[in-house]
Amino acid sequence: MTVKLEVQSLYKVFGDRPKQALAMLAEGLTKEDVFQKTGQNVGVKDACLSINKGEIFVIMGLSGSGKSTLVRLLNRLIEPSAGKVLLDGEDISAMSDNQLRELRLKRISMVFQSFALMPHLNVMENVCFGLSLAGMPQDQQVQKASAALAQVGLAEHGNSYPDELSGGMQQRVGLARALAIDPEVLLMDEAFSALDPLIRAGMQDELLQLQAQKQRTIVFISHDLDEAMRIGDRIAIMQGGEVVQVGTPEDILHKPANDYVRSFFRGVNLAQVYSAKDIAKKPSTLIVRKHPKMGVATAINQLQENDREFGYVITPDRQWLGLVSLSSLVKADQKDQTLDSALLADAATLGADEPISEIIGSVATSAFALPVVDAKQQFIGVVSKTALLQSLDGDTSS
Amino acid sequence: MINQDQITLAQATDPWGNPVASDEESSLLMQQDSSVLDPWGQSSSEPIPPQDSVATAGSWLDGIEQAPEVQNTLAEPFAAPWFDMRAIINDFVAVVVRQTRDFFDITKQPVEWVLDFFAWLLSSGLHPLIFILLFALLCWQLSGWKLAIGAVVGLVFLGAMNVWDEAMITLALVLSALFFCLIIGIPLGILMSKSDRFAGFLRPVLDAMQTTPAFVYLVPVVMLFGIGRIPGVIVTIIFSVPPLIRLTNLGIRQVPDDLVEASRSFGASARQILWRVQLPLATPTIMAGVNQALMLSLSMVVIASMIAVPGLGLMVLRGIGRLDVGLATVGGLAIVILAILLDRMTQSLGREARERGTRHWYQTGPIGWSLSLLQTLKSK
Repeated sequence: MTVKLEVQSLYKVFGDRPKQALAMLAEGLTKEDVFQKTGQNVGVKDACLSINKGEIFVIMGLSGSGKSTLVRLLNRLIEPSAGKVLLDGEDISAMSDNQLRELRLKRISMVFQSFALMPHLNVMENVCFGLSLAGMPQDQQVQKASAALAQVGLAEHGNSYPDELSGGMQQRVGLARALAIDPEVLLMDEAFSALDPLIRAGMQDELLQLQAQKQRTIVFISHDLDEAMRIGDRIAIMQGGEVVQVGTPEDILHKPANDYVRSFFRGVNLAQVYSAKDIAKKPSTLIVRKHPKMGVATAINQLQENDREFGYVITPDRQWLGLVSLSSLVKADQKDQTLDSALLADAATLGADEPISEIIGSVATSAFALPVVDAKQQFIGVVSKTALLQSLDGDTSS
Repeated sequence: MINQDQITLAQATDPWGNPVASDEESSLLMQQDSSVLDPWGQSSSEPIPPQDSVATAGSWLDGIEQAPEVQNTLAEPFAAPWFDMRAIINDFVAVVVRQTRDFFDITKQPVEWVLDFFAWLLSSGLHPLIFILLFALLCWQLSGWKLAIGAVVGLVFLGAMNVWDEAMITLALVLSALFFCLIIGIPLGILMSKSDRFAGFLRPVLDAMQTTPAFVYLVPVVMLFGIGRIPGVIVTIIFSVPPLIRLTNLGIRQVPDDLVEASRSFGASARQILWRVQLPLATPTIMAGVNQALMLSLSMVVIASMIAVPGLGLMVLRGIGRLDVGLATVGGLAIVILAILLDRMTQSLGREARERGTRHWYQTGPIGWSLSLLQTLKSK
């Protein structure tokens, strides 16, 4: 995996004496101290990131955490106070104005929260905007722009004006405008935050589809954990201008670096964040079938000891075999059959990655805790009604 | 060169001892030379005493000098002047005028060329009926057919009142002033929007320009440029350019930041941002500025008749001077007609295209009509 974009101890200080503020930060003072003593506002403090080629990298944080500043430092819409931004090893922060323009014309483009479409241009002209700035011939512009519009499903709307389109459509135009120049890096600043939830989900799906067609490096800014979890290959969490944690969604979910990171999950719809494997637990009646000829006596014993009706049968290497009930075991015992023949025929299982919101129905109606197996039929655990309710309550520690 | 004691009305008309009318003024606009030089002096039968009473008028104006000697006392500290401000200024101006004469003469040149062009175009270049037709078409294009009809009626009425020539002179003056307002005001407004420092410098200047009453403007202009139609245009430019500068600045600054930022993010240079984003989006506001400049020009051109600027203003001035209410009213009415037409025309420029129901100016009016006609012909 190659690193596309690398951020090395990047600082941004808003104010007229950034040097002084940087020196104070180097001495170990906090952002608040610096602000109190000098009035200089630290926007981004010592940010280090390496963003891989072809991944969707989400930068998440609350308002004022410096995420929008950070993304603007990446294409130098805001001048960094210190530090480097390397694109394929080339230092963006040291580029001349012309090199920078060239970079923005060809290699990095951006999608904005407010859409930022030109109201005096129609959709086609908006999508052509970046291309025409580069001085591309008209017919090539139209060709590329049409392709970009088709990608976002707006091929028919070239002659409309932005104010005639809905919010979702406008942002598609914004996306098409950014895609038209075929950038290596796509920066998306809260691109879907201004859209209503349904449209937002649709746009996220579309982004994932576009990403599946052609792997771009996307830096996505969001304040929404659901969104970050859904589309992010990796997530960086920012707090007060600092990057406090970088990791995959699972890392961040299971091992939050501090209370701030943990606090993100508070308002989150856990039913969508967690999947079946996250809440699956080891059942008390796990029956290991040591060999195919194994009898049912131990199994009956085990169920009776635990006072349970159902048992979960696996092989020694955790391969899922099936479900047995006390009555099926007793029947097999009477006929002196093996454990295998006691397996229930119609036992349902849950996929490991099924989100909780999808499994509520089947868990609720099932007479037993449902087993969870992954794609390789490995047994992971069971989801009981109790575990499900606990997870919806936001309590996963128990 | 100028001694304050020698200043009389007669000299004020031409303080530089230079025959104004024959040299500097085209004979076209100055057919009423004598009346221009002395707008109040038509004949001795006029109610207001004319030329021969210059001496009396002078003594009335110089009344302070001839007042009996008074001493300042504690009870009346301001009975006599503490210092002779008037003399100081007059001496100062005398020096300034002598030093800057050539410079201001050069400045007058381009104004004269533009004014001559417009005057020629409106007076002899175009037949009145052709002018009316073109004007009506322009109104139709910019605003709508209602204004076009209004324009025809109004302009024909001007001709019928026999003030066509004066109206055309006034229009030429206004258009010349507007021309210079545009080439001065819009660049200055753009500069102002780009640099806070320049804006900080220019804003108080504009404030001063806008708080100065129209009448007071005449003083420095007469000193530096003399009198006549060219100084008239110059004073009109100075008077009417501030709102255009301000509104251009405002229009550009009002362009949403996110659009400018988006343009930058796509690699637009400062010039591309200006031409492709800021100016197009600021157009309605700039057009409101053009409208303001035009309206102020019209009012100033009328006031400037006091410094021997010909046209409708002079009619009003002469009418007032002679207590000829009819003459003054005819002049006033003509000015109002011109003002309404120009205002309606430029106001519609400022309206968003959306409000007019179409996206492009070429889709409406006579041009849109002929274009669509052309297309139907082609398709056949």
